[in-house]
Amino acid sequence: MSKLCSCACAVESITDGSSVMIGGFMGGGSPHRLIDELVRQGKKDLTIIANDTARPGFGIGKLVDAGALKRLIASHIGLNPETQKRMIAEEIEVELVPQGTLAERIRAGGTGLGGVLTATGVGTVVADGKPTLELDGETYLVETPLKADFALIHALRADLFGNLQYQLTARNFNPSMALAATTVVAEAAEIVPVGMIPPDHVETVGVIVDHLISREA
Amino acid sequence: MDSKALIAQRVAQELVSGDLVNLGIGLPTLVTTYLPEGIRVFFQSENGLIGMQALSEKAAAFEDLTDAGGTPASFIPGAAAFDSVASFGFIRGGHLDVTVLGGLQVDEGGQLANWMVPGKMVPGMGGAMDLVTGAKKVIVAMTHTAKGAPKIIKKCNLPLTSVRRVDLIVTDLAVIEPTDDGLVLREVAPEMSIDDVTAATEAKLLIPDDVKQMPVWI
Repeated sequence: MSKLCSCACAVESITDGSSVMIGGFMGGGSPHRLIDELVRQGKKDLTIIANDTARPGFGIGKLVDAGALKRLIASHIGLNPETQKRMIAEEIEVELVPQGTLAERIRAGGTGLGGVLTATGVGTVVADGKPTLELDGETYLVETPLKADFALIHALRADLFGNLQYQLTARNFNPSMALAATTVVAEAAEIVPVGMIPPDHVETVGVIVDHLISREA
Repeated sequence: MDSKALIAQRVAQELVSGDLVNLGIGLPTLVTTYLPEGIRVFFQSENGLIGMQALSEKAAAFEDLTDAGGTPASFIPGAAAFDSVASFGFIRGGHLDVTVLGGLQVDEGGQLANWMVPGKMVPGMGGAMDLVTGAKKVIVAMTHTAKGAPKIIKKCNLPLTSVRRVDLIVTDLAVIEPTDDGLVLREVAPEMSIDDVTAATEAKLLIPDDVKQMPVWI
């Protein structure tokens, strides 16, 4: 069965109120066509899990502008004043997570770990309400795994089976998010026949990718 | 020289060949411009690259390669790319020699606040909490005051970035080293006196006999 589908078709299955992980770092390595389609279909009340919200009018910033977010879990919104404004106005509930902790929580969610122990955030407001653990004289925060209903992934190259390859800093959160969601939708700059990506170069395995967005018509 | 250039060139003098260095977005990024001749370091960009360098004006921007601020970047031969999990593995795992970050406040205990002003400005911590927790050496690069108000104060009243004591504070007025005894004034900027620095500082500064003038290499 082909995983290829249209952008519109893949996004239709994302219902209002879903939790959605979106790859990318300041828009680099974000699935821009899928983001545009979420805006076009007027999705609402989404919980977005992403490193950042890029800038107004760009990348995940378009979802903020469109009022599609109810909740955001991210590490940095400093380059998007619109997100900050909506956070302060309490239109979006924002959980700010240290970037390394965000990466590990997503990794834990995708790899069956019950949580993560990290020294990052100990003694700061990030630790409020979280259990701590003492091990060998060091204090660690216990951070919980993150999972989502959907992961929207950007890749450099996909084969028709959904094996994915990434490039440079467009990799970022994409490989770990691809493991942490129930339904994985990948948008690739290039789609090639099965067998064209050598096994050693496959970074996200096709068996976990549900939908592959066909090239723009 | 403008104050940001002065700070960046002084921070650049702290780097040693072979260092793995992470630069925060904003002022710290300027440090690459002032690397002393013969010093070869590896710049890590937290979005997944070791061996980053600024994009030359002649080169075309490349969508899949930016620095941590989203600005198009380039890389040196021998660079390596990786995902965010690995990137923060380097940072928390003790592999990073130096991190240079901006600051909103640093206090007498050498603790840094640099990620939010509640109710007003909420940029978020990004990688800063992991960097301050995990890097071998933490350098804060910031202007000495904000709109005339001291940023080096008795006790941070903004949310802390980490409880760890930073290793060096470089400002447009001074170089200050947080120690067990408190904040030690090491250098003052050219044409500045020790009194100028203490007047612009709320925190108590320890003044040794051998306070130097900040070397300017550019």
